[in-house]
Amino acid sequence: MKLRSRHLLGLEETTASEIKLILDTAESFREIIERPIKKVPTLRGVTVLNLFYEPSTRTRISFELAEKRLSADTINFSRALSSVTKGESLKDTVKNIEALKINMIVVRHASTGAPYFLTQCTGSNIINAGDGRHEHPTQALLDMFTIRRKYGRLEGLRVVLVGDVKHSRVIRSNIWGLKTMGASVAICGPSTLLPYEVEEFGVDVYTHLDEAMDGADVVNVMRIQLERQQAGLFPSMREYTRLFCVTKERLKLLNKNYTIMHPGPMNRGVEITSEVADSSSSVILEQVTNGQAVRMAVLYLLSGKQREE
Amino acid sequence: MKKPKYDLVIKCGRVIDPALGFGSEADVFVKDAKIVKITRMSKATKKEISALPEENIIDASGKLVTPGLIDMHVHLREPGREDKETIITGCRAAAGGGFTTVCCMPNTTPAIDNQETVKFVLSRAEDADARVYVVGAITKALEGKELAEIGDLVAGGAVAISDDGSYVQNPEIMRRALEYAKMFDIPIITHAEDEFLFAGGVMNESYEGTRLGMKGRPAVGEVIAVLRDVRLCDFVGGKLHVAHVSTAGAVEAIRQAKKEGVNVTAEACPHHFTLTDDEIGKEFDPNLKVNPPIRTKKDVDAVIRCLVDGSLDCIASDHAPHSEEEKDVEFDQAPSGMIGLETTLGLVKTQLIDKGFLSWADAIRKMTVNPARILRLPGGTLEKDSVADITIIDPDKKWTVKKDNFRSKSKNSAFIGWKLSGKVFCTILGGRVVYRS
Amino acid sequence: MPRIKGEILLDEKKISRAVTRISHEILERNSGAETLVVIGILKRGADLAKRVAGKIAQIEGVEVPVGLLDINLYRDDVHSKLDQPIIARTEILFDVVDRNVILVDDVLFTGRTIRAALDAIIDFGRPRSIQLAVLIDRGHREYPIRPDYVGKNIPTSKDDRVLVRLTERDDTEMVVIEKSGLKKKAGARRSSAKTRSEGGTKK
Repeated sequence: MKLRSRHLLGLEETTASEIKLILDTAESFREIIERPIKKVPTLRGVTVLNLFYEPSTRTRISFELAEKRLSADTINFSRALSSVTKGESLKDTVKNIEALKINMIVVRHASTGAPYFLTQCTGSNIINAGDGRHEHPTQALLDMFTIRRKYGRLEGLRVVLVGDVKHSRVIRSNIWGLKTMGASVAICGPSTLLPYEVEEFGVDVYTHLDEAMDGADVVNVMRIQLERQQAGLFPSMREYTRLFCVTKERLKLLNKNYTIMHPGPMNRGVEITSEVADSSSSVILEQVTNGQAVRMAVLYLLSGKQREE
Repeated sequence: MKKPKYDLVIKCGRVIDPALGFGSEADVFVKDAKIVKITRMSKATKKEISALPEENIIDASGKLVTPGLIDMHVHLREPGREDKETIITGCRAAAGGGFTTVCCMPNTTPAIDNQETVKFVLSRAEDADARVYVVGAITKALEGKELAEIGDLVAGGAVAISDDGSYVQNPEIMRRALEYAKMFDIPIITHAEDEFLFAGGVMNESYEGTRLGMKGRPAVGEVIAVLRDVRLCDFVGGKLHVAHVSTAGAVEAIRQAKKEGVNVTAEACPHHFTLTDDEIGKEFDPNLKVNPPIRTKKDVDAVIRCLVDGSLDCIASDHAPHSEEEKDVEFDQAPSGMIGLETTLGLVKTQLIDKGFLSWADAIRKMTVNPARILRLPGGTLEKDSVADITIIDPDKKWTVKKDNFRSKSKNSAFIGWKLSGKVFCTILGGRVVYRS
Repeated sequence: MPRIKGEILLDEKKISRAVTRISHEILERNSGAETLVVIGILKRGADLAKRVAGKIAQIEGVEVPVGLLDINLYRDDVHSKLDQPIIARTEILFDVVDRNVILVDDVLFTGRTIRAALDAIIDFGRPRSIQLAVLIDRGHREYPIRPDYVGKNIPTSKDDRVLVRLTERDDTEMVVIEKSGLKKKAGARRSSAKTRSEGGTKK
């Protein structure tokens, strides 16, 4: 069992056995996080560049901790601190940093395909930490890892993804991953935030949250951004909340032993009530912890795939 | 020594001139940069040819001899972005692609929105390898707010007006432009894409766009824009030409308008009858980013269908050079456009003629007499006394598009590596050979 | 039952005797079981660790904590071009501080696995001592490591393969040696992966 690619660009092309390998490996890494010394020497001598062209606290910290727990050396590059503002291109920036001899790049970028672009102009292993609205594979992997830890499986579960489907890379990656692993996937959001021909993904599409949640096992709620209202995609936050907020009353529609998830950061009282977010069925903080294990697994597995000489 | 009777004779080629309805083997005789005659092989002509010095004869056996091709939609980037293309290099590329005439769009820096800039471009083009006609701006600085001095532009030599690259979003301005341009009997070339509907879009809005999470430029944005301009043209009169039609809905709108007798013509570009949007996700090649964007199979089929039924009058390249530095970036950061002068003929042959959609005569018509009539240009035919702009085509020549072989200053083609059939053999401008393979 | 070629070094009975003897030696040397914890290296070292702990319980009536250790994250050949080995779950659910740790593996060869295991255990805390128990010592050390308890010393040549089969994960119980001369082709193929799999003892 092994990964086919030197890079993790997305889950659309990732097979079930590859996802299983990553999740199984993450299971082993999960234990390291509980140790008194939360560190193993595995990636000593490996240098990882965290290249973040979009603001991100959670994902960057999660990756950085994962790297440090594997004893990798890390460099952080964020747009605001760099010469990008002076007009240096992504390609030049990366080539310059790579000349300092790095091995892996974790990249977040507002452009779809930017991680692919890096695979063409560098020799490092590339891990996509979110590109445009395209994919965010490690987030979806940690979501699946969290679900699998609770139910022991993904197959046959009904997962509802609620929110801004159009602009969400988390939803796209979740759709690919969950479908590959045999889960049944539903998406739900205002019709203005459902992208063109979204049903082609092979998911059930809902615009009414009650219908979407009916008989589901897992509800994964996405953050709704104020910019979308300002762009005229829905009339007001108030109305969004009335139509799409996951409330305690709506939980009655779910199957027994249901699970509430949210990739964060949450708008409490907008897309999810505090009562739900803090309930015993919520695994929101568990997701954060699991994120490290999953990212350690991805770093570890890809580090075995050095560049072609 | 006596001066030869002819400056140039092209012998034994298959002459195709849709304007004359001519299509058989013949010899073409040129004198003083003009066509003297086209005659079928006879003993008398053979004798005439044999008396000529060898350098004045081109043997076109097995080749097609057509009026010099006209590309009514190119961007030459001069003045302003001479790093991407100049009038001289753009015309070299035109000659290399078989075009003897190009019409350049006004979105330069500064824009061609005044007579001085028209004259500047024309003066730069005097010694170029192709004839350059200027398309002036509809509005000042192409801002869509105030009409440019259209009368002055025409007096300076502009053959049409366009705000190509932007849609004239205000219908009132477009209406006035159509009305005003009537005085000079020139067409208005519309870049039909509603700016509100495509705001920020980088590729077609489709399942592919949804899958990649790229902001879409919906087909309906083109359809609405075409419908509005067609209705305005119907209302106020004038001549409307729709540039680079890319969607099934827009070609249908044009077909319908023509049926109703609206004075509208339209063109299609090779990338819009060849490429589909599922190419983008494969390698995110920024050269696939064009405006309007490449669409779906359904749209490609519709464009081809309307090229066949004549609803689309012309084939134009929308040659849009961009530097490697600007294009070698993330897909959505790249500027839109690809070069086309040197691949259009090969794509027409490979995609349209070889697949049985168009005959050579139909294809040549859309690249010669049709654009010439729309813009009232002198060429486009081999009729006696017309200028001796001639393209000789090697119709079945197999070749591979190579980056290093482009004569254009820019290399931003999505067709690099493609194997094509049909290539220009020789390009003749005013009786002078400007390109020979 | 799969046919195993090569010479049988230990059968079921001999393996059992070796485990019993090692358990007695451990108890004697540590004056009882009170300070002991047993950590086995995954996978067959872990199986043997459980047997040793069971034997100690039988003899002394004391339940000794057993831990399972995956040493792959501590390997020194992580940066070779091969794919990363699959990581199994380490389970050390007790404190090692001030304990006498009995580290158990099936075959001691180059000593690289044990080096990795020592580093791993130290990351869990500072034990009073670490003592090494192995079922087979086949020689050819590359690091200065020596076992405290040995089931059997076996002279081998470097390209031989020593296979341990235990009923916990195999359908047979024996230790077999495949002489390199007997299976030339297989030996040649394996030599490239040798640094990774310690002579192919873990299958």
